[in-house]
Amino acid sequence: MKVEPIEEELVAPGHRACAGCGCILAMRYALKALGKDVIVSMATGCMEVVTTPYPETAWRVPWIHVAFENTAAVASGIEAALKVLGKKHVKSVAIAGDGGTADIGLQALSGAIERGHNFLYICYDNEAYMNTGIQRSGATPYKAWTTTTPIGKVKRGEDRPKKDLPAIVAAHGAPYIATASVAYPLDFIKKVKKAAAIEGPTYIHVHTPCTPGWRIDESKTIEVARLAVLTGSWVLYEIEQGKLNVTFKPPKRRPVVEYLKLQGRFRHLTDEDISEIQRAVDEQCKRFGIG
Amino acid sequence: MKQVLDGNEAAATAAKLARVKVVSAYPITPQTTIVEKLAEFIANGELDAEYIKVESEHSALSACIGAAATDVRTFTATSSQGLMLMSEILFVASGLRLPIVMTNVNRSLSAPLSIWCDQQDSMAVRDSGWVQLYCENNQEILDTTLQAFRVAEELLLPVMVCFDGYILSHTAEPIEIPEQAEVDKFLPVYKFPNPLDPEKPVTMGPLGVPEYYEEFRYMLQEAMHASKEKLVEVDKEFKKRFGRYYGLIERYRSDDADVILLTMGSLSSSAKEVVDTYRKRGEKVGLVKVRSFRPFPVKELIGALGQAKAVAVLEKDISLGSAGGLFLDAAASFINVKPAPLMLNFICGLAGRDVSPLQIKEAVRAAAKAAETGKVRRAVRWLGLREKVVGLKV
Ligand SMILES: Cc1ncc(C[n+]2csc(CCOP(=O)(O)OP(=O)(O)O)c2C)c(N)n1
Ligand SMILES: [Mg+2]
Repeated sequence: MKVEPIEEELVAPGHRACAGCGCILAMRYALKALGKDVIVSMATGCMEVVTTPYPETAWRVPWIHVAFENTAAVASGIEAALKVLGKKHVKSVAIAGDGGTADIGLQALSGAIERGHNFLYICYDNEAYMNTGIQRSGATPYKAWTTTTPIGKVKRGEDRPKKDLPAIVAAHGAPYIATASVAYPLDFIKKVKKAAAIEGPTYIHVHTPCTPGWRIDESKTIEVARLAVLTGSWVLYEIEQGKLNVTFKPPKRRPVVEYLKLQGRFRHLTDEDISEIQRAVDEQCKRFGIG
Repeated sequence: MKQVLDGNEAAATAAKLARVKVVSAYPITPQTTIVEKLAEFIANGELDAEYIKVESEHSALSACIGAAATDVRTFTATSSQGLMLMSEILFVASGLRLPIVMTNVNRSLSAPLSIWCDQQDSMAVRDSGWVQLYCENNQEILDTTLQAFRVAEELLLPVMVCFDGYILSHTAEPIEIPEQAEVDKFLPVYKFPNPLDPEKPVTMGPLGVPEYYEEFRYMLQEAMHASKEKLVEVDKEFKKRFGRYYGLIERYRSDDADVILLTMGSLSSSAKEVVDTYRKRGEKVGLVKVRSFRPFPVKELIGALGQAKAVAVLEKDISLGSAGGLFLDAAASFINVKPAPLMLNFICGLAGRDVSPLQIKEAVRAAAKAAETGKVRRAVRWLGLREKVVGLKV
């Protein structure tokens, strides 16, 4: 499939996202893939807040925000209305953060996918509740610092592994599920286009670094996102009609420490911690057939 | 055409007559047969609508919001715990000015778990920016639901039609079903002014910064006030077309009454019978029923209650730590008004407990005594309370 992102910027500049924000890049790319025949419903979170301080808006497509945990339900209603109105060319697209998807919004997402609505759900994953000031979510990685997983004398960061959301969605039997990264925009755009063209519930989970939350330099967003992929910490794949296809295999996998050391949220890690994380990444790569 | 319908069938029939396009609802006793009936209408091709079988009430209302904003008429129904689960989204629906119509079949709240009737559920969300109308019988349920769509869509306000669980929801009465063609004339095709449409993109539900938020709330409050006139206007037009009229309040033998019972919902019917027994004896007892609780009919109540000596507010709800919700608003209506009647509050009929004529008479007697002495010893009382159970000395 040839990728032709549109020239037009449907997420306008002038929004309030932080310098180096990975999430807003994902919004921009997603809309470049989708074009203007969409209705976006968005969960409460950073992207909602930075793009719509009244009376301004960055959205050049119809857009609605209702609450934090119900984006998939709102998108269901939009889709039902589009069906009633016979607007077959318009796609209902839900966008939410990892918190709005993995935690508080999981029920609404599960319901909407199970009901088989024709909609695309995009989860932008910055691995914590960033809008409220960097609290852990179900998608926060093992050992990461957040404000609710502080580095103390007895507890040192997040003590649970990251929730595997795409796998949860896959268990619903959705026709198309993909992971993506802002460091690989063409891969992401291609997947969004593919997902939007499929009739039925589709899901894309895009990895998007957060500079204040991950404690990284503003200029390092893409480098960090790319290292997540090159180390095998974040795997790019798609599951089409139940068939897994790893869309990018790092030629020679880099050690995970290269990814971790650029981020202040992992500064406290001991050599032992890093070895433990490396083992988990190796295990994950084995499952995906990555060397 | 007359049909024998219970309250839930009346509500579902009204939604069908309104040609709703998206139904999104989740079952809960005693609302359940509404969603079943609508599913049946759709399955039989009697109603051409999308039915979203959501996984919760929170999602039910969220999906209605999405659909209503995309320019189609929507309907949902719930009760009790379901309404509580929706409560976050109730405020969003009104804040976004979406004309969603919902039935709430009144049921009490947990804990303890109870599926029986009272009005604590809708009373708990009275501040959510929804018009709240309370019905007394099944004809009123059907008629009010049809009126609700008109009022909602003309003012861009969500409307909640409330009626008592079981007492109305599961009790059948013969009611007049209007002709579809007549309803179509009464209720024009749904048109939301700025819908979600790629041809003309709008942003809905933005971040409301402090410089603007207060104005949004002010405008919502203004719309709620305006809905009073609209309710009357639509009611009058309804009367012309269908011959029935309800009003914001109903005055029942109250014009010259010294003691007035103030009620809401099906309790009004039993209380009217008690009024009749007093009237037979020549005693000046009357009743006023509140049909529109939001907007609250302040002016109308001042007019209807102002000349009475005492008012007994009977209600199936309690604002814990304060008093009954109807009582509080009725009392506040008289804040800068003279003459004002003395006011007593009777909490009764919680969780399906029967309110007997004897108990209603107890309230009348207490109010009559207050009228006579000019004093109220205890403003808030409970009717039919089993004193021993709560450790009170009888
Ligand atoms: C019901 C509810 N609970 C809590 C919040 C507060 N809240 C707003 S955004 C947010 C976190 C969002 O996290 P995520 O979905 O990961 O998006 P991000 O901010 O990271 O972009 C929280 C906790 C809320 N708005 N609503
Ligand atoms: Mg997040």
